[in-house]
Amino acid sequence: MVEQSEVRVVRCGGSKINLRPPIISTDSRFVLCASGDSVKVYSTRTEEWLHSLQGHTNQVTGITLNPANHLQVYSCSADGTVKLWDFIDGILIKTFIIGYPLFAIYVSEKHDGIVFLHIAMDTDSKNECFQLVAVHLPKSAEQEVEAKELSAVSSRISPNPSCTAFGREGQYIAFARHLQLNVYFFRKQKTYSFSLKATDKKGAKNAFTCIACHPADDCIATGHEDGKIRLWRNFIHTKEYTYSTQHWHHNAVNTVCFTPEGTNLLSGGIESVLVQWQYGAGNRKEFLPRLGGSILHVSTSSDGQLFCTSHSDNKITVIESSFKVCGVIQGLVKGDAVLTDLMIDPRSKALVLNGKPGHLQFYSLLRDKHLYNLDIVQQEYIYEAGLDQFEVVKAAFDIKGYWLATVEERGQKSSDLEFSLKLWAYDERTQSFVLNTTITAAHTDRIMSMCFSSSEETTMLVTTAEDGQFKAWCQGADADTQQDQNFWSCDFVGSYHNLKPTNCSFSADSSLLAVSFQEVITIWSPDTWELLTTLCQPPGVVRDLCFGQLSCSKYLIATTTRNLLCCWNLLTCALEWSTSVEVSKLQPDPLSENVAAFSYQSKHTDLFVFKPNEPRPLFTHKNVCSEKMHRAVFVPREEPLNNCDESSQWLNRSQLYFLTQNMDLLTFSTATEEDRMLSSSKRLVIDDSVAVTPFYLLLGKHRQQQQKLNTPSHPAADKPQQPQGSLTCLLLSFPSLFFPPEMEMESSEQEMNSEKEEEHSEEEMEACDSQQELRAQGSVDEVTPKLSKAQERELKRVRKTDFSWMAGLIDSKP
Amino acid sequence: MASFKPTKVQFLPKLGEKVTEETLYWKNYKSPVQIKEFGAITKIDFSPLPPHNYAVTASTRIHIYGPHSQEPIRSFTRFRDTAYGGRFRGDGKLLVAGSEEGLIRLFDISGRVALRQFKGHSKAVHMTSFLSDGFRVVSGSDDLSCRVWDVPSAVELSSLTQHTDYIRALAPSKLNPDLFVTGSYDHTVKVFDMRSGSSVMTMQHGHPVECVLLYPSEVLLVSTGGRYVKVWDLLKGGQELVSLKNHHKTVTCACVSSVGNKLLTGSLDRHVKVYNSSYKVAHNFDCDASILSMAIAPDDEALAVGMTNGVLSVRHRRHQKDKETLTSRRRRGPSYQVFVKGKNFAPRQDDFLVSKPVKQYLRKYDKQLKSFEVSKALDTALQTWTRTSKPDVTVAVIIELNRRGTLKNALAGRNEERCFCVLFFRHIFDPRFSRPLLMVGDIVLDLYQQVFHESPVVERLLQRLMEVLGREAELQQELLQVLGILDTLFTSLTPRKEVACVKTLQSISVLKTTDLSQEKRKIYHIYFE
Repeated sequence: MVEQSEVRVVRCGGSKINLRPPIISTDSRFVLCASGDSVKVYSTRTEEWLHSLQGHTNQVTGITLNPANHLQVYSCSADGTVKLWDFIDGILIKTFIIGYPLFAIYVSEKHDGIVFLHIAMDTDSKNECFQLVAVHLPKSAEQEVEAKELSAVSSRISPNPSCTAFGREGQYIAFARHLQLNVYFFRKQKTYSFSLKATDKKGAKNAFTCIACHPADDCIATGHEDGKIRLWRNFIHTKEYTYSTQHWHHNAVNTVCFTPEGTNLLSGGIESVLVQWQYGAGNRKEFLPRLGGSILHVSTSSDGQLFCTSHSDNKITVIESSFKVCGVIQGLVKGDAVLTDLMIDPRSKALVLNGKPGHLQFYSLLRDKHLYNLDIVQQEYIYEAGLDQFEVVKAAFDIKGYWLATVEERGQKSSDLEFSLKLWAYDERTQSFVLNTTITAAHTDRIMSMCFSSSEETTMLVTTAEDGQFKAWCQGADADTQQDQNFWSCDFVGSYHNLKPTNCSFSADSSLLAVSFQEVITIWSPDTWELLTTLCQPPGVVRDLCFGQLSCSKYLIATTTRNLLCCWNLLTCALEWSTSVEVSKLQPDPLSENVAAFSYQSKHTDLFVFKPNEPRPLFTHKNVCSEKMHRAVFVPREEPLNNCDESSQWLNRSQLYFLTQNMDLLTFSTATEEDRMLSSSKRLVIDDSVAVTPFYLLLGKHRQQQQKLNTPSHPAADKPQQPQGSLTCLLLSFPSLFFPPEMEMESSEQEMNSEKEEEHSEEEMEACDSQQELRAQGSVDEVTPKLSKAQERELKRVRKTDFSWMAGLIDSKP
Repeated sequence: MASFKPTKVQFLPKLGEKVTEETLYWKNYKSPVQIKEFGAITKIDFSPLPPHNYAVTASTRIHIYGPHSQEPIRSFTRFRDTAYGGRFRGDGKLLVAGSEEGLIRLFDISGRVALRQFKGHSKAVHMTSFLSDGFRVVSGSDDLSCRVWDVPSAVELSSLTQHTDYIRALAPSKLNPDLFVTGSYDHTVKVFDMRSGSSVMTMQHGHPVECVLLYPSEVLLVSTGGRYVKVWDLLKGGQELVSLKNHHKTVTCACVSSVGNKLLTGSLDRHVKVYNSSYKVAHNFDCDASILSMAIAPDDEALAVGMTNGVLSVRHRRHQKDKETLTSRRRRGPSYQVFVKGKNFAPRQDDFLVSKPVKQYLRKYDKQLKSFEVSKALDTALQTWTRTSKPDVTVAVIIELNRRGTLKNALAGRNEERCFCVLFFRHIFDPRFSRPLLMVGDIVLDLYQQVFHESPVVERLLQRLMEVLGREAELQQELLQVLGILDTLFTSLTPRKEVACVKTLQSISVLKTTDLSQEKRKIYHIYFE
């Protein structure tokens, strides 16, 4: 690493988990999904993130189970490699280097050692032109293998990976593009194609959107843009093919999927209703409505007991075959745009931004976990394309996190704008926000900005609107209503020469309020509502406005549209300094004097960090990203770093996160931080196949310790020795009945069950108790250390079978 | 997954008075019983003993009614001229009354003929009363004198002539047998002490005093006269505590309720007003004619009001018992006979309670909206009962349909009858509802423009709508003019806050006017095309 770039931009958490269909492991215990440049493994029962398979250097574009070994998974990525993983242990087994960016992967049981991949056609790199190639994966013992045996199966296929599917027993492959359905038979090496008309008299839109093949029957189900599902039969003959049509979806069908036995067909679309059609029973169907965002993919487990749907709001829903939702795995919801700013909940330190439509989401950055959604709009969301519905556009927290103000808006396109201002109080008992006041006609025109006062004693909200007024709202300001003082009402209405106010900001001790009216900044005293002074630096309308913090609280910083960054001293009411720089976002750090400014110039964004009292920037980072930047936030750290290096000192107290226009959440990290992360992750890596849960950590240590005692000759891992009478021993000697209730027994019990199951396949088996099992496996165990890796794996599979019958035999012997 | 979220009916602040505990208490009276008397009722007095009969003085008679009888239990008719001011003694056994001719008569309740007659006043005696020892009677007369009579011997004990006009109000103290208060047409209220033989306190009411009243604690004194009700603090030497002006005609009578000591006043403007403890009007009873007298029974069981047209109206309190019998008769479902296992099982302290999932009940329109039956949902919301008594529900459904983008579909394809009920929705001028309703009007006009002429009923409705809209638009215009005047006034004063407030008002009304006039023009257009 170069000396200067000690602070670097890193991508952090919250990547998409709904890009490709999730897959469920054969034993239905894990859900795997492609997420950014890794594959994430979740538990289906607890919905916890267990671990991720890291190794790709670019977006993972497809995952599929290895048909030869159901404990292994193939993944392909845009970096041009296919990797084979053991997903339970999280071990990379092999890497196949293809050399072209890959976009999807398919396998079939019949074609052993061959994977089918989507590759962009060389002719023009723009999308729409993809080809399907079969790649023979060479068998070799090496870790990295170059696979060069590419054979094209078909060119000109749809870029949508759900438009390709393997037919019964891998005999044929079906792919659809626009209005054409092609079926390629491997044995005959022949392609049949069937095409539909673009539209008919009734205005149907017949373009294909997805495809699925029946696992036992010669039948192909296709979804169409107008919501129809067609079932194609008899397609072995080009002339005599037939199809039947079923229509329930009112918009494009995003996905269709047969259950493994082929008894049911699942389909989903933008309506967010999972529809289950009985195969061969005409129009009989079941519904599971209101699942969240529109359904993008559906997948089933191999025994048909679990379904998995992934949704547009970055969510995976696990559904039982009885059509009951049993689990939700939620990622950071990314809509089309973040209308609210990025915010930090002062209580939970969670990142708050727009989530599902009409909701605010709380996302823990530390754990990279979605905490909860807060329903702001409280109205039924209609999943229909092009419908103008209420959306949260503004939100603000007060300094203690006791109040939350939100503005919801409808009618961005049409002329009549509907909006309402809501105030939410934090309820200690339920640990969430409860609606306190709804103000329907807060202003006569759109609210531009709002902020809470920063003093601890009295809370006050100031809103500015396009109708030329700013209003101050107080709790219980209306004296006429004697009954309840808890509600909010208007305290003051202010305006300045009929100009439109844009921004407002309170000083650190909230003794001053700055409201910018186009190019004029007015300073008000919130106690008396007196206009104290006006500041002006024409030309250019004020774009952003903030007060300095801590020792620099006498400074007011503003940016204008005419590339000016100005700093006023409020004691002298004079301009302290100004500099010509195009600033797109100004973000003060609440814990230090630093202010971050993102400037967009000549197609890339630069970052400047400065203190208001000295015009020289503390830190500059050129070319942070190539897009314009509008959303950024300082997140307080849990424990401050102690960098003494000047360039990274500003990151000691808090961390700067920002969101690009492509909705990537990025942050700055320092070298020391990365070192620390590395060391902690090393400590966490446990070469064990058991899911990592708090209970496991206790149990695992105990087991290792016993193992160490039992086999002293074994090369000892560098783990600290545990004192003898430790808690774990104590814990294990008790029956589970006596465990304290805080241990979350429900979840750990489940894990225990799964562990027991797993123990059969464990190498550390000898450490475990239970004589009977020892007797059953005793002969096998002795051989273990000498086996090669492949043999071990084979053995694991053997051990998975139940040996209890053998135990019964032994016992029955006289 | 997530359940259906029902339509949000917006809570709108109600205009008018707020419902408080007090209002509910005073609303809890049955509709009045009307009893016709021979002339204007000048005095009503409740007996202090149960069953709380009451004496009604009207014309030349005094009738005594039982608490629930419509017919008098007893009547005293031996008056030659008009009788005035029939009042019970503290034990409820004797009754004293003055008369036009100046004679004061004393009756036994069970007798018919006067036991005593006190002669001495030269003019009509409007007010008589027992002092609290029960052996003396005090009277106030139009001959400007107040006299005290001994009951056993029927002699005049003293005569006090300190007022300069007719004495028409008198109230004895219940705590001290020597004190009484008089009010006179000379605008003064005087407190007399028999021990000193003269007035000890004089208060200027400012209008001819019609009635004086002492609170049970006898610290506060109420005097009414003219349009004013004044409350005086006797402990502070007769300082005026409040002056109330809530009636728009002369206040003729006042009384204090025994529950919570609330003041009630009756006036010639036909209203009885009830004041709360901070002397704000808490409730209002309306009567048919000007009120001359009023009394309230102990425990507020009944409120009797006497009027100039000789009608006595008595309101009885509604009791919880009456209601219960009514409702219990109505609701008699199947009884709970089957023994349910563990019905009366009480969870122990450490038990973990698994509560039953709460079933979500949806309104009919919500059910229809859930299954996307928009037209049916609108019909449900437009039912006559909902439309008239809960317009906010109807408007909420309309707003919801508009949000879903299906309002046009819901309004289309209606026949004459169903169209009729859309147009009949008359809350279009309510500023809270006018926005969505004008939108509905717009859509209806667009949809049915071609076929309006075929139905005379709808056509008539439209015509009316146009007229009413026109009137409303004119009104708005006038309001705007007023606002303009106000604006000029305010700018000369420039208090910042009020200007802003007026401006918002103005902008709202500007908005409304433009909306309305557009609508009117549109209907106009259809007619004359």
